Amino acid sequence: MSGCNKLTESGRRFFLGRGALAVAGAAAASTVPQAPAKATPALARVAYPVSRLGNMRDLKVNEPMDISYPDADSTGVLIKLGTRVEGGVGPDGDVVAFSNLCPHKGYPMFYQADDRTLNCPGHYSRFDCEKGGLQVWGHATQNLAQFRLRVDAGGDIHAEGVDELLYGRHSNVLA
Amino acid sequence: MAYKRNIDRLPIPPRDAKVNNVVCHYCIVGCGYKAYSWPVNRQGGPAPDDNAYGEDMRGQLGADSAAWAAPSMYNVVRHNGQDVHIVIKPDHDCVVNSGLGSIRGARMAEMSYSTVTGTQQARLTDPLVWRYGTMSPASWDDSVALVAEVTRRVIEEQGEDGLLVSAYDHGGAGGGYENTWATGKLYFQSMKVKNIRIHNRPAYNSEVHGSRDMGVGELNNCYEDAELADTLFIAGANSLETQTNYFLNHWVPNLRGSTLDKKQSQLPNEPHAAARIIVVDPRRTVTIAACEAEAGKENVLHLRINSGTDLVLFNALFTEIATKGWADKAFIATSTSNYDAAIGANRTTVEEAARLTGVSAEDIRKAAAWIAEPKQGGARRRTMLAYEKGIIWGNDNYRTNQSLVNIALATGNIGRPGGGCVRLGGHQEGYARPSDAHVGKPAQNVDELLIGGKGGIHHVWGCDHFKTTLNASEFKRAYQRRTNMVKEAMDSVPAGDRAAQVEAIMKAIRAGGLFSVDVDIVPTQIGSCAHVVLPAATSGEMNLTSMNGERRMRLTERYMDPPGNAMPDCLIVARLAQALERSFRTAGNAAVADRFRGYDWKTEEDAFMDGYHQHEKGGEFVTYARLRAMGTNGFQEPAVGLETTGAVAGGTTTGASPGMVVQGPGIEGARGREPVQQAAPGAGATGTPAATTGGSERILGTKRLYADGKFNRPDGKAVFAATPWRGLQAQGKQAEKDSQRFLVNNGRANHVWQSAYLDQHNDFVRDRFPYPYIGMNPDDMGELALKPGDLVEVFNGNGATQAVAWPEGGLGRNQTFMLFGYPTGVQGNVVSKATNELVIPNYKQTWANIRKLSDAPEAVRHLSWKTQEYRAQT
Ligand code: SF4
Ligand code: FES
Repeated sequence: MSGCNKLTESGRRFFLGRGALAVAGAAAASTVPQAPAKATPALARVAYPVSRLGNMRDLKVNEPMDISYPDADSTGVLIKLGTRVEGGVGPDGDVVAFSNLCPHKGYPMFYQADDRTLNCPGHYSRFDCEKGGLQVWGHATQNLAQFRLRVDAGGDIHAEGVDELLYGRHSNVLA
Repeated sequence: MAYKRNIDRLPIPPRDAKVNNVVCHYCIVGCGYKAYSWPVNRQGGPAPDDNAYGEDMRGQLGADSAAWAAPSMYNVVRHNGQDVHIVIKPDHDCVVNSGLGSIRGARMAEMSYSTVTGTQQARLTDPLVWRYGTMSPASWDDSVALVAEVTRRVIEEQGEDGLLVSAYDHGGAGGGYENTWATGKLYFQSMKVKNIRIHNRPAYNSEVHGSRDMGVGELNNCYEDAELADTLFIAGANSLETQTNYFLNHWVPNLRGSTLDKKQSQLPNEPHAAARIIVVDPRRTVTIAACEAEAGKENVLHLRINSGTDLVLFNALFTEIATKGWADKAFIATSTSNYDAAIGANRTTVEEAARLTGVSAEDIRKAAAWIAEPKQGGARRRTMLAYEKGIIWGNDNYRTNQSLVNIALATGNIGRPGGGCVRLGGHQEGYARPSDAHVGKPAQNVDELLIGGKGGIHHVWGCDHFKTTLNASEFKRAYQRRTNMVKEAMDSVPAGDRAAQVEAIMKAIRAGGLFSVDVDIVPTQIGSCAHVVLPAATSGEMNLTSMNGERRMRLTERYMDPPGNAMPDCLIVARLAQALERSFRTAGNAAVADRFRGYDWKTEEDAFMDGYHQHEKGGEFVTYARLRAMGTNGFQEPAVGLETTGAVAGGTTTGASPGMVVQGPGIEGARGREPVQQAAPGAGATGTPAATTGGSERILGTKRLYADGKFNRPDGKAVFAATPWRGLQAQGKQAEKDSQRFLVNNGRANHVWQSAYLDQHNDFVRDRFPYPYIGMNPDDMGELALKPGDLVEVFNGNGATQAVAWPEGGLGRNQTFMLFGYPTGVQGNVVSKATNELVIPNYKQTWANIRKLSDAPEAVRHLSWKTQEYRAQT
């Protein structure tokens, strides 16, 4: 049984390295999640915070911005794709945000700008940012978690929900 | 939009959740999982003391966490009559997968039957009988009695040849030692049925006769060998998608160089480096892309052969290795025979091979060197040679298989660390049956008999030929016509008048009709023609044993109830056998009736003890209690003893003649076990008896076969084979190639298990693949004015089918790749009926034309058609 853990080992190292970077980036974007709403009795769904991720003018076409949602430990990317997509927000309907933790085993993914996909160095899964995070190919048993967005009159982009369970959590909003 | 579950939290298993051993019931790899179940009104908590994993789940978990469960790993199922929560999660302590789950196996929980969450509601819950023009529920006694009655009548009129059987022979779901033993005992011991076929091919034969006839069983190494090899040589396999976690957990580490420590410590007296890999495949696959990302392009050699020319390439490599003086002369002398004759018969120059295969002479020479050129200091290079359906279902199966084994033998790569010459496998294995010698070789082509109006009754066990056979168009037409005749006859008399029903059925059969009995877990396409459908249980709804691609045997424990009145196949067999006994006895034929005795099994464990334990080599050491104690790691077959006794028999015994019982920690063909069992009923193992029940001692197994250099032949020597090239061997294939534009290569997709029998009822998969896809070169699509996602017809003289077009630059011009066995577009429709001389189908060499049917259907408009291929970050 020894010797079967190489992927596991390297993955852990990889995660720590890249994860730390992503969190730093998120901090730089100064996204401070609000405390989750408390409700009794418990709601059937978790109550999501509303977080400001950035402003429309911060975004450059096809250059992902590091973000986090619903809290600093759940990293993701905010992207202005340049073409209108289903589920996109903003004046051009082309702004989307996704978790960047691979829903297979949680490795942080990188953005391949030439085909607008998130790709996982862990075991090669690929998710299409223009198709709601559809898994083009891969090992995850779900498509990629997308953050629900709203753009206000001032161009601020707010995240206010998630459509799949995030990797590494039994609850998208942790107590 | 992409399908999303909108699940944002899941319950946590409490500390005292019940934990069961589970082996993934889908592919050959047999990854270890654990099932956690607990009462529906309770839950655990995220603090380490409050959950069954003992992990702190209060914050974000890191990559590879042992505590995360995806929504697909969760469900609410029934166990012992109570609703329970269940989580089925990869086992981090299993040596096979080390906690990895795949897109198929990690959905096991979601693919379970649940009346609470509504998953897999298509599962069969009751026996069904054709009544009043529809399939209607019936009792077990009544439905099985009808089957027995018609079976007896057909046998009385036509002999046992009138009974045609299709039966799976594998492990995992819809298989396992318990169930193959049961069907084997019924058809090969109580009867001597010879018109029988297997789930994916039209006859009862081995896919690897070639290797076995040389004395080399096809599962002869262990997964660790992929970590120890200097070179991996892979032919006709796309392992990232078809043996996923074997590739990820055992090949990739070697390609990355992270097994160097292990190589150094196990094999200290030779130089070591990260592995290089050679892949023989007419198309560029995601496997090749992943190998390049891990090992660097310079360590990956893709031999992109013209489809069907593998044999020429192998003969040239065999010749080149001999010419260069790289053959393992000592091994050849002591462990093999017929080397010189084979070298003479197979001589093929590199240039000749380059011309026929389309691979450059330089690359062929490079491949020979990567396989066999001695390492620095003269140490023998360790090469693992592996193959799967590209060879098995490819041109000239028997010879091509042998020509590859020739290379492995010539280089001394069988039975040694870092070696092996193995099939990679599809399902897990789980074959334990009495001798099939009476079937003969070549075996009957059962599809042809069915098409040709032969036989009167067809028993179908977990097979769906409508999706997974060749010449499927014609097969379906004939099958529907013949079974409809019986349906009309049944409709003509009241259902409650059993005697009149049977008379009407027999009259229709005499006129060319066919009575069809389908045993399965879900409604199937062939089952839509059946007159009786019997609902079966699957893995986890029963205790079930199987072995994986390195002969690792485990027990999946029953963690939930079967749906409704469904039951394990082995117990269905028992009912059927008892009903046949009654039927023959009532008819006054006591002699025949007596042959159906010996099925008084109450549980699947009874069938296991009657079958595997009593009849399989090393089976005397294997019990449920011991397997349970050995968890998801189990042991590697054959068993040779217990930790308390040590290996019981020493040395090696080879199977001197077909049908003899072989004992000892030696050697055998792993799946078919053809040479190693007596034909006479009740001829059990004769090894030292071990305590049969109760004890939970560890079982000692066999890491590699042939480690002593003795092979499964009367003289203990593997025999080299003469394998001269004879072009596209199956009749009509060359003409098909000449007359049709596109190669319709075919196989699996990562998302989908087998024929999608469960996946077709899973929202996640059905959303991704409402239709099968056909990958096409983008320029070919341009010429045919096809846009991504357009629905096309694939057609030739054999039939026609449909698929949606997916542009894939990794496919050459005029080459396509179509998803095999899919319900909404059956690739087998365009596969000709031609087989090799042993009735092995040739699915891979299919040529057809393509035309547009329609623009992309609504169901695929939200999908992505970007390349499947991963590229490392630049
Ligand atoms: S690799 Fe095969 S055995 Fe393992 S989880 Fe996937 S389908 Fe199951
Ligand atoms: S973590 Fe395995 S593919 Fe992403």
